[in-house]
Amino acid sequence: MPFVPHTEKDIEKMLDVIGVDSIDQLFDEIPSHLRAKPLHKVPEGLSEMDMMRRLSERAQQDAGALCFIGAGAYEHHIPAAVWDITTRGEFMTAYTPYQAEASQGTLQLIYEYQSMMSALTGLPISNASLYDGASGLAEAVLMAIRGNRKSKSKRVLVAGSVHPLYRKTVESIVENQGISVDEVTFDSSLLNTPVSALADFEGQDYAALIIAQPNFFGTLEDVDALTDWGHAQGMLVIGVVNPTSLALLSAPGTWGETGADIAVGEGQPLGIPLASGGPYFGFICCTDKLVRQMPGRIIGRTIDTDGKPGFTLTLQAREQHIRRSKATSNICTNQGLAVTAATIYMSLLGYEGLSRVANASHAGAQQLKSQLAGVAGVTLASQASTFHEFILQLDKPAASVLASMAERDVLGGFNVSDYYPELNSAILVCVTEVKTQTDLDKYVQALGDALQDAEAA
Amino acid sequence: MLIFEKSSEGRYAKAQAPQTKAAVSGIPDHLLRKEMAELPEASELQVVRHFTNLSRKNFAIDTQFYPLGSCTMKYNPRGAHRAASLPGHLSRHPLAPESHSQGYLSCVYELQDILKEVTGMAGVSLTPMAGAQGELAGVAMIKAYHEARGDTERQEIIVPEAAHGTNPATAVMCGFKVKEIPVLPDGDVDLDALKDVVGPQTAGIMMTNPSTCGVFERQIEEISKTVHDAGGLLYYDGANLNAILGKVRPGDMGFDVLHMNLHKTFATPHGGGGPGSGPVAVGERLLPFLPTPIVGKTKDDSSFRWLDENDLPNTIGRLSAFMGNAGIILRAYVYAVLLGRDGLHRVGEFSTLNANYMAKLMADAGFKLAYPERRATHEFIVTLNEQAKTLGVTAMDFAKRLLDYGYHAPTTYFPLLVPECFLIEPTETESIDELEGFVEAMIAIQKEAEENADLVTHAPYTQPVKRLDDVKAARELDVAYSSAS
Repeated sequence: MPFVPHTEKDIEKMLDVIGVDSIDQLFDEIPSHLRAKPLHKVPEGLSEMDMMRRLSERAQQDAGALCFIGAGAYEHHIPAAVWDITTRGEFMTAYTPYQAEASQGTLQLIYEYQSMMSALTGLPISNASLYDGASGLAEAVLMAIRGNRKSKSKRVLVAGSVHPLYRKTVESIVENQGISVDEVTFDSSLLNTPVSALADFEGQDYAALIIAQPNFFGTLEDVDALTDWGHAQGMLVIGVVNPTSLALLSAPGTWGETGADIAVGEGQPLGIPLASGGPYFGFICCTDKLVRQMPGRIIGRTIDTDGKPGFTLTLQAREQHIRRSKATSNICTNQGLAVTAATIYMSLLGYEGLSRVANASHAGAQQLKSQLAGVAGVTLASQASTFHEFILQLDKPAASVLASMAERDVLGGFNVSDYYPELNSAILVCVTEVKTQTDLDKYVQALGDALQDAEAA
Repeated sequence: MLIFEKSSEGRYAKAQAPQTKAAVSGIPDHLLRKEMAELPEASELQVVRHFTNLSRKNFAIDTQFYPLGSCTMKYNPRGAHRAASLPGHLSRHPLAPESHSQGYLSCVYELQDILKEVTGMAGVSLTPMAGAQGELAGVAMIKAYHEARGDTERQEIIVPEAAHGTNPATAVMCGFKVKEIPVLPDGDVDLDALKDVVGPQTAGIMMTNPSTCGVFERQIEEISKTVHDAGGLLYYDGANLNAILGKVRPGDMGFDVLHMNLHKTFATPHGGGGPGSGPVAVGERLLPFLPTPIVGKTKDDSSFRWLDENDLPNTIGRLSAFMGNAGIILRAYVYAVLLGRDGLHRVGEFSTLNANYMAKLMADAGFKLAYPERRATHEFIVTLNEQAKTLGVTAMDFAKRLLDYGYHAPTTYFPLLVPECFLIEPTETESIDELEGFVEAMIAIQKEAEENADLVTHAPYTQPVKRLDDVKAARELDVAYSSAS
């Protein structure tokens, strides 16, 4: 019996003490006609050895390609120490730190995490994390609507250059509360959002403006001007940011005259493997004013009865297990283990290491851009500044070019044509510090070959 | 000591970053960061030592018995973790083409089928990232169902008072009003109260069965009929699914929609507070509304593919950027594969056996069970109200003293309707020796409480810190380190 330790003798003794004849008798309060039949459609169990053989084969099936897809999940070097320590049973198999005295390890780690995210974003308050960047943005929207004292509006304004899958996630979560999300059109030749694009919304009542830096296209926005515009309109400003980029680009807390009010994003680049999309974690930071609107767990530093410093969950009066229907969110968990990894990652790299990662990723993308300038049928969609991603327009259908590259075991980018038909055949390409010059050369070769295939077809 | 306090200017793990600092070109100066962020500055060894030592300040399943009621802290098989950490699984990009994803998709597809079978439902979506997000998806589907029928007057969700806090919080997040109904002294829902509040304004009811009172709701069929007759739907909170796995299926009890907690019932690690995973399962009526993406097969059945809003035009939509906590889903799949049909069947049986055995030992030792006339399910409640009144030793004091005995405390003060309560859930993976050891510790603490109450009310003594000042933590908020302060 896998993972059940009972011997026949144990079972006999336990039934005897309880005073029943069989285990089945313990279920006698369940109406007998409701009892489940054997689970025929579930296969027989496997030994660990046989299971590993099956899973290894399946993992192997998906492995081996050179990946240039980013679009919200980024391949970075992960130091060996990160997951070696994260997967210690004491971190991995602990529960939520409700018993503070027996959870100081997790609690102190989260306090250190909050400190690091606060330092990166330039905003004083971080929570213990949310599920992922996209659902984190939904929470930021709800937070802004509760927290905007100047506006009672249930509408928010989002730049069209924010990740389309984030916008979809926000909509499916907030529309249940009757909140509407209106979109600002981006400039299709620059691939960012000039302040002039906001002219139509001047004087209208919105609770918040959402912008991304870098935006979905990898392009940089003029965050200072956009932030000041939003504030002048009485909106709170929510910045969706990539944490790696914050070692290179200005912190949301410093945007414009007074800084963004909320910074939110995907924590995955900080030491979390791609792993099919999760578990990742969403980070969210805000100004002091908004702390009581913050969803999820927050760890605070305090002292024990001997005056010794210690850590505990704090401001729990915002949370569902205390406030029930009046809570700031229904959220219960954070992504503790992913945060553990990110905290160790940031500790190892420090600001200097992280800025080297950011610069190398940016420089790699610039290098690939320049190499692609000479490839026939390929156009760089925008001349505006980018971080480590950029949009290529192709003179052949993106889907078939990408499929043809994939046959050469190069995953050439993310097809954005379905989300942005106005860009025609367009792909989003990402380079990080893990790509070597040889990798970039392979990319150029594979893209060129794929375009020729498409020509022939 | 914080990692920041071990920092020295200019230090970092030099093996872990690019050897040179690349030049930046073409970014306007005003978009660049001007001041460095205050991250730790430590060597690789300092970091390894710091976090290894922090880990030792935690209780965990791998080190201690952790009988947290309604949380199902069972053994997390290392094999599942190893399999999910194979390089091919870790390196797969969430947006990789289907041609390079068949291995992963096949696991997801098979898990969807297994979960349909064990819950008795018609469809499954694995995308919700935690129990609470599963609840959000489930209640959003109930809302979408009524709206699709033009039945827009249904504004209320009924919740028994013993429910998890996430239930009413979720109902509100979906724009509903919450009607709480009482629970009877025997632990069952007050059916008369239900009949009083149910009506044309009822969108549905959210229930946990077995309830958080640690008993099976015996009137479930009548509840189902009452709510369905009024046009409402039944939501099953899967927090306690471990109790009945393989014994009775929510679909057969009349539930229309449910979420499961893979981090409970399917033994994926809790990770110090997440990640979890909260798949939803639905009956026929709610199939069109399932959240995306889901894994299906191609028309010719030859390979697996993603189903999205083009396949499910009435979906409630997407709940994460990609497909939820993919790695947790993989671990749950491996767990199901290792257990197989017989192993899954045993989960409900042995978790129930363990809880009933412990409950009997506790009762025999003089502890008061909250529902002594009922069978325990996979968990049971002890009320320490008498001890609090006569000895001045509360459930919290017992909980803290248990830490000194090397046991994690059970869930305390939940459900709220039982005073000074301990909700105890041993799970099926604990041996009889652990169960008996815990009861012996409780007996010893009871004796201490009678002889020297102060000893118990000031516990713990053996942990890295003593009881913490929560009031100070909230009043003088310190949530981030800064060298300036």
